[in-house]
Amino acid sequence: MPRECDFIQGVFAETLRLNSNEQNMAEQKKLSIIAFSGDFDKLTAVFTLGTGAAAVGYEVNIFFTFWGLDAMKQKTGRAFVGGNWLTKIFGFMMGGLSVTPTSRFNFLGIGPKIFRSLMRKNNVATLEELVEAAKALGINFYACEMAMHVLGLKKEDFIPEVKDVLGVASFLRLSEGGHTLFI
Amino acid sequence: MTFVKTKIELSKLAEGDTLEVLLSEGEPLDNVPRNAREQGYEVLSVEHVEGATHKLIIKK
Repeated sequence: MPRECDFIQGVFAETLRLNSNEQNMAEQKKLSIIAFSGDFDKLTAVFTLGTGAAAVGYEVNIFFTFWGLDAMKQKTGRAFVGGNWLTKIFGFMMGGLSVTPTSRFNFLGIGPKIFRSLMRKNNVATLEELVEAAKALGINFYACEMAMHVLGLKKEDFIPEVKDVLGVASFLRLSEGGHTLFI
Repeated sequence: MTFVKTKIELSKLAEGDTLEVLLSEGEPLDNVPRNAREQGYEVLSVEHVEGATHKLIIKK
């Protein structure tokens, strides 16, 4: 009965495929975050989600692009980093992690200070503590090649934990099979 | 965040060591012991200390 045999073989192959898919899904608990914003509050969301997922066993990849690259700068304050005079001025204006503005209630830089003190008061991890936790948990940091090119930034301008400089295709390959967020 | 801090502390310990964690009621008290068990750590005890604080002992 060749037709019946074919049918049984087909069912068997499908069951194997589904099982192996399930196994892959179980193995690949993965969260990839595109950190586009350089705002204090949005970066806090990036690192809260990232560290939370990493702590419960997810593989976490964070792809920093454009304003988000500020969080990865070696110099956390304001510094003239960039390729030419224009990008150096941009670099100074954008600053690093310790001078990130809030998306609302920034009040010329007073807002983040108020939020930081509120966070400490309520025993909530500050942005700097979250970044340190992310490093300790082995979260993978990546920098966007195109944004670095535009802003005149080099890999040496970032903290050594930045694993690689990537483009869209590499990021898509890395994030495949997991959840992806854009913040 | 409580489990993030717990996980980082656990990573510093050797196999067989124990870790004491003080937990607030609500989300941390629900999640930290459960996540620890799910990740293969042994939860030795969870006891009420005072007010809304509980003490968790985990063995690596």
